[in-house]
Amino acid sequence: MSDPIIKIQNMNKWFGDFQVLKNINLEVEANKKIVVCGPSGSGKSTLIRCINRLEEHQEGDIIVDGNELSEKTKDIEKIRAEVGMVFQQFNLFPHLSILDNCTLAPIWVKKMPKKEAQELALDQLKKVQIDDQANKFPGQLSGGQQQRCAIARALCMQPKIMLFDEPTSALDPEMIKEVLDAMVSLAKGGMTMIVVTHEMGFAKEVADEVIFMDEGMIIEKADTKEFFANPKSDRTKLFLSQIL
Amino acid sequence: MQTINFLKPNRNNIKNYSIIGSVLILISLIDVISNAFLKINLTSFLPGSLTILFPLILGLIGLNMMRIDYSGNKTLDLLNKNINTNNFNALLTLLILFSIIKALPPSLSWMILDANISGDSKDACTGTGACWTYIKVWFRRFMYGMYPNEFHWRINTAFILVIALGFVGYFMKENLKKYLALYYVIIYPIIAYLVIYYLISGGSFGLQWVETGAWGGLSLTFIVSFFCLIFCFPLGMIFALGRRSNLPVIKYISICYIEFWRGVPLITVLFMSSVMFPMFLPEDFFMDKLVRVIIAITLFEAAYCAEVIRGGLQSLPRGQYDAAKSLGMGYWKMHIFVILPQALKLVIPGIANTFLALVKDTPLIFVVGLAELAGMLALAKTNPKWLGFAMEGYIFASIIFWIICYAMSKYSYNLEAKYKTER
Repeated sequence: MSDPIIKIQNMNKWFGDFQVLKNINLEVEANKKIVVCGPSGSGKSTLIRCINRLEEHQEGDIIVDGNELSEKTKDIEKIRAEVGMVFQQFNLFPHLSILDNCTLAPIWVKKMPKKEAQELALDQLKKVQIDDQANKFPGQLSGGQQQRCAIARALCMQPKIMLFDEPTSALDPEMIKEVLDAMVSLAKGGMTMIVVTHEMGFAKEVADEVIFMDEGMIIEKADTKEFFANPKSDRTKLFLSQIL
Repeated sequence: MQTINFLKPNRNNIKNYSIIGSVLILISLIDVISNAFLKINLTSFLPGSLTILFPLILGLIGLNMMRIDYSGNKTLDLLNKNINTNNFNALLTLLILFSIIKALPPSLSWMILDANISGDSKDACTGTGACWTYIKVWFRRFMYGMYPNEFHWRINTAFILVIALGFVGYFMKENLKKYLALYYVIIYPIIAYLVIYYLISGGSFGLQWVETGAWGGLSLTFIVSFFCLIFCFPLGMIFALGRRSNLPVIKYISICYIEFWRGVPLITVLFMSSVMFPMFLPEDFFMDKLVRVIIAITLFEAAYCAEVIRGGLQSLPRGQYDAAKSLGMGYWKMHIFVILPQALKLVIPGIANTFLALVKDTPLIFVVGLAELAGMLALAKTNPKWLGFAMEGYIFASIIFWIICYAMSKYSYNLEAKYKTER
């Protein structure tokens, strides 16, 4: 067994007086796909936002690719560049074209030559099948296209880990499929992924492990088959019976 | 009720009704026009107060007869939708129309028909109207202040040079575009300052020295506005970012700065800059009054700019910050490439507002003895040879200021349209 690429130990986080995450322990090995599910307000999003330190945790350790995240972490930007993230609301930059959205970070953060960055971006856009929209602006694209562009933008940084924060929750049912397809093909390419989602079909298809969270705690963590076949806790059973 | 129904059109008789209505409105208009222009009272046979109300009543009946939800006639529908939706709107329409007609003849005769422009002394103004001779004679003073007449070409050349340099950005090569901001924020102001210093101030290259006290008129308005505008914007941006900083020292310095300058009136700032400030300077240190005034206005307006820009920064969704951070961008990269371009686009109307206010605040520098356009007017109207022409001067100044401000606001609309990428 190799060293885990993400290691979270005894992590606690508060928003003011309210404790959102309680004693989180999690290890993710390279190339594994983890799906995090649970009711809203259970701290799933906060958990993965902590992994690239968009949120700060107050107690415990988070180690990403050998770097510990804390206030003392000097070049947090370097770690974030290794961790791609896709958001529920896409968060494309509306003032830049699709292509510029994808090349901005490689050019200015990774100091990649412009031409090389554009080739890389077109390549990634092709993988999610929107290379023909490269010169349009985000406002001119459908939600599904925007989300695929957001995936391509994150991949242009050639990250080691990809985090997905409910990538399909803001989409029409028709568009969910095209985004999930892009994620499935990414998963088959061997990327390490942590996906917060309610799409249980996706979880069954690609996930190695499923984590169920409620009230800021990890209630259950099991292999995908095991998780769906015989969930252990009653809370998980209740959740699954409602969602499936 | 019968009579009211009688005046209500329906789809079948709308054609006849609208013709009768138009005739009634036409009669009321003819009455008002003949009253205003020819001084003939067509309705003198009516008792006193009714004479005044007659066109109004007639017009109201006419508009009432034409009012219908949908007629099929484009012009009529447009009319009904916009100025004839109900009796109150019809009344307002007529009142505005009539007052414009009433006001036209006296203002026309004052401004043009009875006005004088020939000659070069007060005696030439014999008419009862405006005396544009006054503007003509004083024109150079209004434009260049007390600057010696034979050197006016220096001001003109300097302005042409500065404007030409301002357009350099349009002709820059594609690979130099990234230095555009650097050019406009740092290099351009320095060049402009040097051009204005060496050409307008003179003192070297064989040009005679002209002290800033002699500068004035519209050219001074331009010089003060120009430097204040280009300096207050970047400064405001720095304080806007500073106020949102996580570092307490920077944050509180910014808040103190903004709240201080927003809390004091501009006129006291100008007094301080010209009267009090030199007292605190060392004996041998000299700073020109004009420079002090420009610095004072810049610092003052920067506080307003900062708050406008902060409004734009706050209106951006948090997701934009998250996305930029998650791509590994640091504070400066995130702001330069993602946050500021969007925020500044949003605040174009607000910034234009601040800039217009700044241009119109420049006349205040008269209180420290610098006479720009409005200041020159104040001087000229007290000239014993030309007493009593304040009105002409102020109309002239307001037209000039209106042209400048309207051009600026038009330009801001163009910028808005140019940078509009959503949808």
